[in-house]
Amino acid sequence: MDEFVRVDLKAKDFQTDQEVRWCPGCGDYAILAAVQRALAKQGLPGHLIATVAGIGCSSRFPYYMNTYGFHSIHGRAPAIVTGLKIARPDLQVWMATGDGDSLSIGGNHFIHLLRRNVDCKVLLFNNRIYGLTKGQYSPTSEFGKKTKSSPHGSVDHPFKPAALAIGAEAGFVARFIDVDAKVGAEVLAAAAAYKGTALIEIYQNCNIFNDGAWDHLALKEVRAEQTILLEHGKPMLFGANKDKGIRLVGTRPQVFVLGQDGLSADDAWVHDAHDRDPVRAFLLAHMDPPQFPTPMGVLRSVERPVYDELINTQVAQITAKNPPDLQKLLNGRNSWQVE
Amino acid sequence: MQTASQKPSETLEAVVIRFAGDSGDGIQLTGSQFTAASAAVGNDTATFPDFPAEIRAPAGTLAGVSGYQLHFSSQDILTPGDRADVLVVMNPAALASNQRWLKPGGVLIANSDAFVTRNLTMAGYKANPLQDDTLQEYQLFCVDLSRLTGDALNDMGLSAKEIERCKNYFALGLVFWLFERQPDLVTGEIDLKFASKPILREANQRVFRAGWDYGENTDLFRIRYRVPPVADVAPGTYRSVSGNEATALGLIAATTKAGLGLFYGSYPITPASDILHMLAQYKEFGVRTFQAEDEIAAVCAAIGASFGNQLGITATSGPGIALKSEAIGLAVMTELPLVIIDVQRGGPSTGLPTKTEQADLMQALYGRNGECPVVVLAARSPADAFECAYAACRIAITSRVPVMLLSDGSIANGAEPWRVPSVDSLPAIDANLLDSAEKLNGEPLLPYDRQADTLARPWIKLGTPGLEHRLGGIEKWDKTGHISYDADNHHHMVKVRQAKVDAIAKTFPPSEVSGPASGDLLVVTWGSPWGSALTAVRELQAQGKSVAHLQIRWLSPLPTDIGAILANYKRVLVPEINNGQLLRLLRATYAIDCVGYNRIAGQPLTVTELRGAILEALPN
Repeated sequence: MDEFVRVDLKAKDFQTDQEVRWCPGCGDYAILAAVQRALAKQGLPGHLIATVAGIGCSSRFPYYMNTYGFHSIHGRAPAIVTGLKIARPDLQVWMATGDGDSLSIGGNHFIHLLRRNVDCKVLLFNNRIYGLTKGQYSPTSEFGKKTKSSPHGSVDHPFKPAALAIGAEAGFVARFIDVDAKVGAEVLAAAAAYKGTALIEIYQNCNIFNDGAWDHLALKEVRAEQTILLEHGKPMLFGANKDKGIRLVGTRPQVFVLGQDGLSADDAWVHDAHDRDPVRAFLLAHMDPPQFPTPMGVLRSVERPVYDELINTQVAQITAKNPPDLQKLLNGRNSWQVE
Repeated sequence: MQTASQKPSETLEAVVIRFAGDSGDGIQLTGSQFTAASAAVGNDTATFPDFPAEIRAPAGTLAGVSGYQLHFSSQDILTPGDRADVLVVMNPAALASNQRWLKPGGVLIANSDAFVTRNLTMAGYKANPLQDDTLQEYQLFCVDLSRLTGDALNDMGLSAKEIERCKNYFALGLVFWLFERQPDLVTGEIDLKFASKPILREANQRVFRAGWDYGENTDLFRIRYRVPPVADVAPGTYRSVSGNEATALGLIAATTKAGLGLFYGSYPITPASDILHMLAQYKEFGVRTFQAEDEIAAVCAAIGASFGNQLGITATSGPGIALKSEAIGLAVMTELPLVIIDVQRGGPSTGLPTKTEQADLMQALYGRNGECPVVVLAARSPADAFECAYAACRIAITSRVPVMLLSDGSIANGAEPWRVPSVDSLPAIDANLLDSAEKLNGEPLLPYDRQADTLARPWIKLGTPGLEHRLGGIEKWDKTGHISYDADNHHHMVKVRQAKVDAIAKTFPPSEVSGPASGDLLVVTWGSPWGSALTAVRELQAQGKSVAHLQIRWLSPLPTDIGAILANYKRVLVPEINNGQLLRLLRATYAIDCVGYNRIAGQPLTVTELRGAILEALPN
């Protein structure tokens, strides 16, 4: 996907005639609407877009998107996407997946997609629970969580998806909460414009099996204190009155109050999303309450060589150098004639 | 180089020669160069490489012995031969593990320098067999290969290890002399192989020459052997081809003829990896190779590529097929073209990675959840793999269905001469993409609408305005392709997916029986036992036995005339390198009695054993 002619589109141009079958009140509805709005704003028509998913509640996404779509098998969407993008670099690909789909059964494909930097946008719906199988703990469920499959509390240590992605060499990592349409729109626009694998972790509420999992960040009354919106080139300030900041002391982030201990906004860590060194992005990926606010927005956006482009460039270069001659190939180097 | 000889020669109809040594001795290289030279003089050839899974097992051990058997003949031959007329052994372990493959009275050429106490002990010998009467039933030739190689190179300043690594060319020079082979092919290959290392190029040329001269000058060898070219060979261009090479070539030929990109997703696995290596070299044919993170990713990426209108292909061995099963079901459900190649090896689990077996037939036919029919066909020989790979692609593309091609270790690594087809003579393949909304003539898009004859659904070109649609692994409504949990629709779709596979049988030519159209016994094979079975049947036909042979290429769907053919014989014998899988299929499909011949030893079935099995099965 390179340059394209923008056309005027509305969010409803990306809606299908399929009845949406998520539970009433599910966070997925807001995410679907946000993506449809972001695509309309982007202006690339639906026939040049493919939506690919694995299995899980979130993976029903392709049925509701008026694009080319593929609802595949559990965990394997990254592999389907990789083959599709190698065959069709001209299409923009969006992948919908969940914490079970990509971090558990499909963990291997997930890290290799990021490592290779296949050009696609990954919508990782993280609700910290298995929804479609009705309520078992997931690889992002908190330690000690009581579920049907962990009645005495889970003893699994959870993944932090953004940290895992950065460890897997992800060039683009961003995050938003399903109910935060404003940040969602910004993040989706940035991901749409990024060339390479754009990982978007979405904190999504499963109101049936894990209701309120993100309330400590998502609720209006706590959001300003418990999250921080990252903006490239700007100091990291948060709080309802922007009265707190994050500074770096050596390699350790620290929360401070503006005006206390002689510290001001000038002392805050200035977010550099384009820093090639992943160390600071990795620190951001590990920041969480109660010690820190959880970062939202674009944690990292670094250009890297794009896998599907590299493969197709190699094919084009070799073809220009050696025009294909099938008969010569079949005959081989050591053929002989019988008269 | 000078190749005239003062020594007399004797003419033979055919020879089976077997080279054996440490896996680091260059045995496979030696064997394949001798094969190329034999094919070039017009002999028919068939080879059987037999090597261990260990890359470099400790030198001199039984575990590290690598073998290469070549059958070359003035007649049309179908197998690499049961037992060898000539055995060349580089050390005691090679003798210990290969002596049983040498015919009584056969020629045994031994590198006597390697028969020292340490090597003898490792091979389990208490005394040196070259020096007692252990080998008296053979014509034994003791050659100081290591010393003679060293003598040829003593002024070149090479290390002892470098000199030792040249000794396979001494052996090759000697057998080239012994069988009157033209040395140009080898000298040319040495020039190519060592182009960047002039010293080693010179050393190997010298050693090869020295081996030749040794045969000519020593009194040890008094006679040379000549195997004349095959008479009445069909005119054309010929080359030697291994099964894996022929498979790769068939895939490229098919996608080129169809005008499609070739997407090959693969995870390295013995004995299928060479297909990946070959395809990776030929990107100018629109080949995109993807070395995936695992077997599942390899097949899923191929499915993604097929969704994107290239032909998705994946190859593996039995363990990889097991991992790919769920994804193959997805391709069945989404009715996308997909070619899956299973180069079978000894199983279960890791089993015998470098040994041959044909025990994946049931896995290919039924090894998936749900009613999940795919097309299955099997190559019978290395050269046949070309036609099978081509046919697999053609059917996958035209019927929008996964096709599984079964090969095996002996086909993959074995080689034989192949009459190269002219590109123009290959059947056309029309991918027939649905690539414009105008083709719908104003009707709504029905992604699961079907062609009347093939029942194939449209393969929709992604990126086309107005053809947006969604595929998936959940059951489909027929025609619309929407999600459906409807009971009657599911029943209908299960039947349709089977009928689509069954419809392919209408395109098959009539099955051909070798021998009488009815009689006492029909021998039925699939895959690589073809050559041994047909050879045994022909021998017994010449002795007046009422026996015929049938090879089944298409295993799903089975050709519609098989049942009638089986009924024409009093008995049916099914030899397989498994516990009776085609046997079960034939019994279940046609409700007729058949008997099996089953030896699962990691080795091809021999003509000798099949001759015995046929005689036993013949009604008295």
